[in-house]
Amino acid sequence: MAMNCLIKNGLLVDPVADRYGEYDLMIKEGKIVGVGKDLAGEGLEVIDARNLVIMPGLIDLHVHLREPGQEEKETIATGTRAAAKGGFTSITAMPNTIPSADSASVITFVKAKSKEEGVVRVYPVGNITKGGVGRELAELADLTEAGAVAFSDDGLSILNAEVERYAFMYGKLFNKPFLLHCEDKNLTADGVMHEGTVSTRLGLKGIPAVAEEVIIARDLLLAEETGARIHLCHISTKRSLDLFRGAKARGVKVTAEVTPHHLTLTDQEVAGYNTATKVSPPLRPLQDVEALQEALIEGAIDLIATDHAPHTKEEKHQEYSLAPFGMTGLETALGVILTKFYHTGKISLERIVQLMSVNPAKVLNIPGGTLKEGSPADLILLDLNTEWEVKKDDFISKGKNSPFIGKKLKGKNLATMVAGEWVYKS
Amino acid sequence: MSFSRKHLLGLEDLEAKEIIEILNTAVPCKDIIKREIKKLPTLRGRSVVTLFFEPSTRTRISFELAAKRLGADTVSIAINTSSVQKGENFVDTVKTVEALGADFIVLRHSVAGSPQLLAETVKCRVINAGDGAHEHPTQALLDLFTLRERCGEIAGLKVVIVGDIMHSRVAKSNIYGLSKLGADVTVVGPPTLLPPGIEELGVRVMTDLDAALEEANVVNVLRIQKERQQKGLFPSLREYTRLYGLTKERLARAPRDLIIMHPGPANLGVEISEEAATDPRSVITTQVTNGVAVRMALLYLMSGGENGDELLN
Ligand SMILES: [Zn+2]
Repeated sequence: MAMNCLIKNGLLVDPVADRYGEYDLMIKEGKIVGVGKDLAGEGLEVIDARNLVIMPGLIDLHVHLREPGQEEKETIATGTRAAAKGGFTSITAMPNTIPSADSASVITFVKAKSKEEGVVRVYPVGNITKGGVGRELAELADLTEAGAVAFSDDGLSILNAEVERYAFMYGKLFNKPFLLHCEDKNLTADGVMHEGTVSTRLGLKGIPAVAEEVIIARDLLLAEETGARIHLCHISTKRSLDLFRGAKARGVKVTAEVTPHHLTLTDQEVAGYNTATKVSPPLRPLQDVEALQEALIEGAIDLIATDHAPHTKEEKHQEYSLAPFGMTGLETALGVILTKFYHTGKISLERIVQLMSVNPAKVLNIPGGTLKEGSPADLILLDLNTEWEVKKDDFISKGKNSPFIGKKLKGKNLATMVAGEWVYKS
Repeated sequence: MSFSRKHLLGLEDLEAKEIIEILNTAVPCKDIIKREIKKLPTLRGRSVVTLFFEPSTRTRISFELAAKRLGADTVSIAINTSSVQKGENFVDTVKTVEALGADFIVLRHSVAGSPQLLAETVKCRVINAGDGAHEHPTQALLDLFTLRERCGEIAGLKVVIVGDIMHSRVAKSNIYGLSKLGADVTVVGPPTLLPPGIEELGVRVMTDLDAALEEANVVNVLRIQKERQQKGLFPSLREYTRLYGLTKERLARAPRDLIIMHPGPANLGVEISEEAATDPRSVITTQVTNGVAVRMALLYLMSGGENGDELLN
């Protein structure tokens, strides 16, 4: 039930509305109806947000909700609650479910189920190709009409450049971005971590950085040639960044995301064979991590996405090479970014809102990213100074496969509102 | 001094003095084997389980003989990896093995890091008998023991390791062990079989075997797996042999006192010719004997033995 209320005395960070400071927010019927100083809200419930920061709800463009088909890993119910806890009010549902979201029926199912059991807004992503295996185009018009906000075969790249070229051409019928996971499966082969000194020491099969870069280079060229709008998922190397920046400068319609884990963890984390560190693309060496950090600080990267990829305890509790790729991220992303970038003075709160709310909304062409009058009342209240330790038992997500377990973070979401309704309170 | 490690997962984290202690303890062990004293009571009532997820008759038998000489009960479990992939979970399997009453688990597994996972899962002691391309510490210990026996001292030796360095746990454990004891190590192989960053382990990297052998005291020839050729890492076994095989002709050009080693089992005619394997300079059969001695020493020390002298009584 949407409520009418007045949030008073919080520090509002809303770069789109050009507001940074103490403002009151009046909320009615799920929308922001007033923003100002000392608003009087007779008869409204008043929430005192003194010492708290109010931000537009975060938007995660890269989430694996696993439903339908892998409900043992995550469900729409658990995944959206994890999102709400982490401060996200809108998330995508990536299409590598079982069955794959290559038909309107899966998109319809995800939307219906999210409405019934979800607590945040869920935007399904449809496949580019049937089954997401890169051979034949999926019915993109059907997917669009059913409500897909983007197309992706995430987890895999379309290895056949002809198939991708046709997808990019045909895709011009729709104003939807292609979300591209960039890795050449022939080059990644059966690798399980970044190929380098650490993989050599650990005796684990490496994934060379060039496996990512070679596909990014190709995808950028195909996008340039066809005029398609593409979004590079979780880029992780310095050379990927250089390729991306070069293409953007030439006018290619491209955006890119980085993940909190690629921004803050190196391949050294794999020593000890903790399978929570196994992720695709893999954690990279320090020079790549530093290049990503610099690019983020300079403003070259469009957005931060989590690539939340939950797995069961049993799947992750086995030999490193046999465990599946992926780590959870919804419940740690904001804390990690605040700790590593805000509290170190490297990026501002406005920039965090841009990276985690405004720009993902823009790329997906969905509402959100601002709390100006008339916007949906999707917001979070956070305490910048709460220090907390990431603990396995505290996760709402079914997936406990986080490499941040045991790490101390500073800054935490305390409450999440979606369409005027509190969906999470700590 | 005593050897205080609970597990032996690799040589990377051992200190030189710990390695030397194992080698010193292996000296009386070898005497015992030679004198054919049947059993010692050190491990009486203890059980040593060899748990092999990858077949290796020689390593398994070597461990079993070593354990039996010390009076332990041995159980050998060989697990067909294809059944593991069909859902027999490693963690469940090792918990079962422990519940059956193992004091030591000697693990061979094709996945790097499995001994670490085992050590984190069970309470008994774990010895790594080879994990993927990570480490094979007891092989390196027996190689070190053999070299020390032959040359008196390891420091200053120029050792060439040739072959598939990329996939070799033997190479890695040897690099750690030899470097810690002061040898000078060069790895040689085609660029496709040299792992990235290997030079950061303190070795010289070369691609020309003849040039590398010019100054060498020791050559350790690694086994080449035939499937590496199928993966496109080199064009043919024939060409591999021509460039990196220890052939009769190449040996004729090598230093006269070159010591020839091979961890076995050898592909005769591929990475090493029969002539080279049986040359008087070859210590390959000695390596096998020494394997038992070194593994005895390790089991002895890990079960609380103080120093090797009492083994002589
Ligand atoms: Zn991906």
